[in-house]
Amino acid sequence: MSNGPLIEVRGLSKTYKMGDVDVHALRGVDLTVQRGEFIAIVGPSGSGKSTLFYILGGLAQASAGSVVVDGRDFAQMSDTERTRIRRELVGFVFQKYNLLPTLSAADNIGMAQFIAGQERKTDDWFRKTLDLLGVGHRLHHKPRSLSGGEQQRVAIARAIVNHPALLLADEPTGNLDTENAEVVLKLLRDLNERLQQTILMITHNPEAAAYAHRIVHMRDGRIVHP
Amino acid sequence: MRDYALINKLVIENLKHRWVRTLLSAAAVGTQATMILTIVGLSYGTLDDMASRSRGAGADIMVRPPNSSIIGLSGAPIPQKVLDYVRTLPNVDIATGTTIYSIGGANSVTGVDLEAFSQMSGGFRYLEGGPFRNPDDVIIDDYWARQNGLRVGSKMSFMNREWNVAGIVEPGKLSRIFLPIGILQDLSANTGRLTSIFIKLKKGTDVQSSVKSVRESLPGYQVYSVEEYASLISINNVPGLKAFIYVVIGISVVVGFLVVFLSMYTAVLERTREIGILKSLGATPAFILGVLIRETTVLALIGSAAGIGLSYVTRWAIMTYVPGSLTQSIVPSWWPVAILVSLVGSLLGALYPGYKAARQDAIEALAYE
Repeated sequence: MSNGPLIEVRGLSKTYKMGDVDVHALRGVDLTVQRGEFIAIVGPSGSGKSTLFYILGGLAQASAGSVVVDGRDFAQMSDTERTRIRRELVGFVFQKYNLLPTLSAADNIGMAQFIAGQERKTDDWFRKTLDLLGVGHRLHHKPRSLSGGEQQRVAIARAIVNHPALLLADEPTGNLDTENAEVVLKLLRDLNERLQQTILMITHNPEAAAYAHRIVHMRDGRIVHP
Repeated sequence: MRDYALINKLVIENLKHRWVRTLLSAAAVGTQATMILTIVGLSYGTLDDMASRSRGAGADIMVRPPNSSIIGLSGAPIPQKVLDYVRTLPNVDIATGTTIYSIGGANSVTGVDLEAFSQMSGGFRYLEGGPFRNPDDVIIDDYWARQNGLRVGSKMSFMNREWNVAGIVEPGKLSRIFLPIGILQDLSANTGRLTSIFIKLKKGTDVQSSVKSVRESLPGYQVYSVEEYASLISINNVPGLKAFIYVVIGISVVVGFLVVFLSMYTAVLERTREIGILKSLGATPAFILGVLIRETTVLALIGSAAGIGLSYVTRWAIMTYVPGSLTQSIVPSWWPVAILVSLVGSLLGALYPGYKAARQDAIEALAYE
């Protein structure tokens, strides 16, 4: 692990081919995220925030520029290398929770540990985290038996169980009612404050973005200053 | 230590989650296993039954026409005088001839000299009725009677004539349908001619040396000890049977391939989002492929077990409804073959869906509704 910023993005571009048409999703993005920061990225649909999310998470390849996460440049890596680094560095939280429907909450968390090559743990840190998330007593239920808020909290537990350097959250409150949304946002802030977890959250919602230390605005594939 | 039990749990839970598809796929895989085991069981069963009925004649030596095949004997090319000659050979206690006439399918009627045949075989054990009394009398075994719903006094038709069932006997003695040899010879235009000759030796006579001496006395004729003949009744000696079994196995592999291909292809489509989730957690293509391969293996094993179970059902059905025409054995030595064929067909079927899943784009998969 290096001591510099956790994320350094320079001149990042991403162009998709849609049939014969080139779609420029990102047009030269520069972004630096310090360790322990909680950043919200906001912007309208089509602004490129989801593309940035996927590239920072190693799920998509940049067309140009550099994406250095924890000292490693994703832009120079093959799919296989990015997959390996993703296991070690990144945890994802999605709008639709994305839990495996056939496994219990505990097994969903266990699967993340298994894929990362970790032992299934029940140590103090993790127990405290589960208590913090308020899902310790619901671990043996399958997703269909959990409320949206509970599912999202399990998804957060799954995302942080391997101590990722970066927690990426894509509209984590998008499917939740106000009460549950607030619980999840407070949890993310708690995780950031208590565990110094670096969090990068994408949201449409200005109230959600207000929980972050810093808000980054995007429009037309660029970072803009409001 | 990695918790591989969790992967097995994922596999089992996935199969349970879509249990109707799992059951149908396993049943289809099972059907191919049953198809193999039933064909093989019928081959073994029918041939074993044929061998056992040959032994049931009670003879030591069997004389068959020159150039005849081991299986499927019909026609009557042996002149009666050969039987008369055999009776004069040393150490021959009883010699009797039979005439066989095919009455369609794998069924045939055997003409016997009832007195000599009874002396040789120890006699029929009549479950109903008794020996021939009239020229239109026929004796049948219990399997044939049950298959055709016949009782003593029932009428049955073959060779363009109506016959009267005079006796129903225990199965196991040479044939299922018996006529007096003279009548069968006349009706089949084989008067004075035989299909085969059975020889019972005097007590204490060495069978092998007698076989040798009968061979020398009847050059060109096929002379076997009955034990040797029974051992020759095997799949290897039935022309085309092995090739037929291989064709069935080939069809089974194709059926297994198609069923599992469709099943796994649908499973991959349905689980697109879940594949995306696993990829977002850092699962490699090999991991995704491994999960599908495990699912397929479990499906194939469940299917194989069901197929083995179903082969008992087909045996029951055959032995209940057509015991006179077919005999099916359970052949455990072929179980590993059936399992292997199911596995190979299924795994081939899982390859493309597995490849598709492994190559799935994670972002598209996560966006899949």
